[in-house]
Amino acid sequence: MMLKYNTLIVLAGVSLLGASAGMVGAFAVLRKRALTGDALAHAALPGLCIAFLILRERNVAAMLLGALASGVAGIMVISALRRWTRVREDAAIGSVLTVFFGLGIVLSKYIQNLSNIGSRAGLESYIFGKTAGMTRGDVYLIVAAGLLGLVAVALLYKEFLSISFDSEFARSLGWPVYLLDLLLMSLVALAVVIGLPAVGVVLISALLIMPGAAARFWTDRLGTLLVLSGIFGFAVGLVGTWLSASLDQLPAGPIIVLSGTTLFVFSLLFGKQRGILARWIDQRRFETSLGLRHLLRIAWEHQTEGPRQAAPFSSADLLVRKTWTGPRAKQLLASAQSAGLVRPVATGNDLYELTPSGRDEALAATRGHRLWEAFLAEYPDQANSTVNLASLSIEDYVPPAVVEQLTAQLQAAGRWPEDRMRAERSRESLAEGGAR
Amino acid sequence: MDRLRPPKPSIPKGWPLQPLSLIAYLAVGVGLGILSLRWQVAESLQAGQVLIWADFTTPLWTIAIGILTNVSCALLGCYLVLRRMSLLGDAISHSVLPGLAIGFLLTGELTGWPMFLGAMVLGVLTSVLTQVIANLGKVSEDTSMGVVFTSLFAVGVVLIMAFARRAHIDAECILYGQIDYAALNLPVANWPQVPAAVWTLSATLAATLLYVLVLWKELKIVAFDPALAAAMGLSVPVVHYSLMAMVACVSVASFEAVGSILVVAMLIVPAATAALVTDRLSWMLAWAATFGIVSAVFGYVLAAATATSVAGMMAVVAGVQLAVAVVLGPNYGLVSRWLRNLSLAVRIASEDVIARLYREEERRGQGSGLRVQESGVGSRESGVGGLVRWLAGWRLARENWVLADQVGSLRLTNEGRTAARNLVRAHRLWEAYLDTHFDLPRDHLHDAAERMEHFLDPQLQAELDAELAGVQTDPHGKAIPRGDD
Repeated sequence: MMLKYNTLIVLAGVSLLGASAGMVGAFAVLRKRALTGDALAHAALPGLCIAFLILRERNVAAMLLGALASGVAGIMVISALRRWTRVREDAAIGSVLTVFFGLGIVLSKYIQNLSNIGSRAGLESYIFGKTAGMTRGDVYLIVAAGLLGLVAVALLYKEFLSISFDSEFARSLGWPVYLLDLLLMSLVALAVVIGLPAVGVVLISALLIMPGAAARFWTDRLGTLLVLSGIFGFAVGLVGTWLSASLDQLPAGPIIVLSGTTLFVFSLLFGKQRGILARWIDQRRFETSLGLRHLLRIAWEHQTEGPRQAAPFSSADLLVRKTWTGPRAKQLLASAQSAGLVRPVATGNDLYELTPSGRDEALAATRGHRLWEAFLAEYPDQANSTVNLASLSIEDYVPPAVVEQLTAQLQAAGRWPEDRMRAERSRESLAEGGAR
Repeated sequence: MDRLRPPKPSIPKGWPLQPLSLIAYLAVGVGLGILSLRWQVAESLQAGQVLIWADFTTPLWTIAIGILTNVSCALLGCYLVLRRMSLLGDAISHSVLPGLAIGFLLTGELTGWPMFLGAMVLGVLTSVLTQVIANLGKVSEDTSMGVVFTSLFAVGVVLIMAFARRAHIDAECILYGQIDYAALNLPVANWPQVPAAVWTLSATLAATLLYVLVLWKELKIVAFDPALAAAMGLSVPVVHYSLMAMVACVSVASFEAVGSILVVAMLIVPAATAALVTDRLSWMLAWAATFGIVSAVFGYVLAAATATSVAGMMAVVAGVQLAVAVVLGPNYGLVSRWLRNLSLAVRIASEDVIARLYREEERRGQGSGLRVQESGVGSRESGVGGLVRWLAGWRLARENWVLADQVGSLRLTNEGRTAARNLVRAHRLWEAYLDTHFDLPRDHLHDAAERMEHFLDPQLQAELDAELAGVQTDPHGKAIPRGDD
């Protein structure tokens, strides 16, 4: 398909805009300031109008500068309201957004009424967006703004990293967190202001939020996140513009947003790091490993401590000790069997015994379980802060001295599991194991 | 620990300050508005314009539409602001658009219950989707809100552009509304000649009032303590989603008339302003409604004077009221907080002076004084600002606590000595109390007592005395002076 020169310009412009908005927007998402971008976009309008009223002509650079100034002023008002008054953050954002925008509408109406120059301001495109009107100059502007953002992020990468994830830590290092925050928000403002003519004030926040939010499902690392949200933003701009160009009934702004939505939903479902599917699989895997540990422990207790020692166990024996459902017990037995931890005594009669490697793991699992029990009985106040019991072995969490003390306690109470079958085979290892 | 807080300015008992000031504000606001409307009419008459009947009724209908919208929004907005969900109001007012479009597609018109129903569904859906995505995706709520409402808005625009170009809802109308046309949209032959929007909006306001009154208790408890509400067996989700549905309803009803930007402004700004003025929910609602009314009146007047956007100007007026409340609000305004801190600082500075003089007398015998420079009010080194030092000196003179002689040294008067004895007594009681009840090193006692001495009233001193049961000296071995009895 042959692309017209105009289409090419628009494609390049919107994709690059998506890339730069996505990159700085990722910071806003991480700082939980996603809607501040929205407020910024609205707050830019009065500055735009004031710049026009001062110069009395359509000077893109001056108008964007004005927009930038009033956007940043809006952000400063929000943080001043939050810091010095009883107005809470959400109300502060909402108030600034609507009042500044209201002022902007008043001013733009005033400009329209100026019969000699009003029609030349072209303010509508800043509110609703007009992708098709993009020129080569606009693309250069976008590239320049994007490069500026890139350089700033590269220079202050470490600082931005720490205020994004742990601003208290950054403050304790003595960094000017407020200034860094303001700088970050100015970068967002820059992207917003450059993007306003293309997608309009209502939808620019989508370009800020969606790439970063989508990228967050794929990675936990800031560097990767930034690159990824840049790529996502680029893709969203490209696909959205191309779609709206081929379906010529539809305006570009909404289609770009909806491409972003599609990307977000896809990432939400299938993101490798934090997507719903990935977390569901993790959860299942974790439940299985937890279930296996319980199964091995119960089998161990049944074989070595129960009334019918050394007897094989059935799934019914498991259910006596644990409130699993029947199918769940069967399922766990099957996965234990396929992991080589238990084996059926004879085919078809639902009786199992531990394999040698299963015995080792069962011993470890039982010891770990007893140690955790003893630990929580001794220090019940730690229950809330304790990490998930199956995910960590107690030696990783509790100081060795405490583990030794708990072990001794269990030994004294006769509850320290030991492998007697193996002990009979080699007395030396018993002596060693007892010493532990 | 109420005693540790700086005292609030007390409202005179038996004097209904709240209703009086509210009525006064409303009267002044509306009165000034009407006066300037009259002036505008007189101006155009003088300019020789021929005025027809509509030139008088249109402003009034426009203002009426504005008042109806603003009051409905302001009442619901109070609950949004209290629950820290203002931005959900913003989100909902954008995301009802597809509901509007679908309602239009089904019925072919922009009025009636299908539109309201569609909007309510979308309003609840926005809130549900925001929650679900935040929970499922483990993202922060504002992120998921941003994704949800921009997407729904985009869907709405696409639906309108693709299928409903005949509907007169273009993007511009959605943002600004057309309040002037709404007021002009009169039925042709019927009497009384009331614009259609007034009927719709009156019904909306009535529904809002009914909703607030019927669910008064539930809304209140959920707004202030959702955990308590759940414990009392109230269904928090039902209250929450019904509020969202009402917000959506009001948004849609106001959409055509005033546009989404004014809806959002009126949902958030008057309520945020009212929260600065009062602490009681009922008064907050009343104040929010008042601010909404004044915004409507003044917004129209200013917009008419400058020939600009009515909706935009109403938002600006609301913003101005918020700014004024931030600076001049009675309890939480910057000025009153500054004054309160200043008076506390002056009290502490002047009390520190007499306490210092009292200790000097203890050391060197009654009647001995301190040079002004050493007393704490006279020098810069005391760490107290010039204004506070000056006012503290004035307070010392007014209370008649100290006398200054010709060589510039200060002496306690009898009144001053009594006041100072009380302070020093409070100081040493607190030190003794800290020493016996807390495991603190001795050199950490003084600073704490230096702060507490200004806040221990006689009753608390008596309690401390009883608690200490006959301890006569502070931990540093100095005698605790007896109270004045």
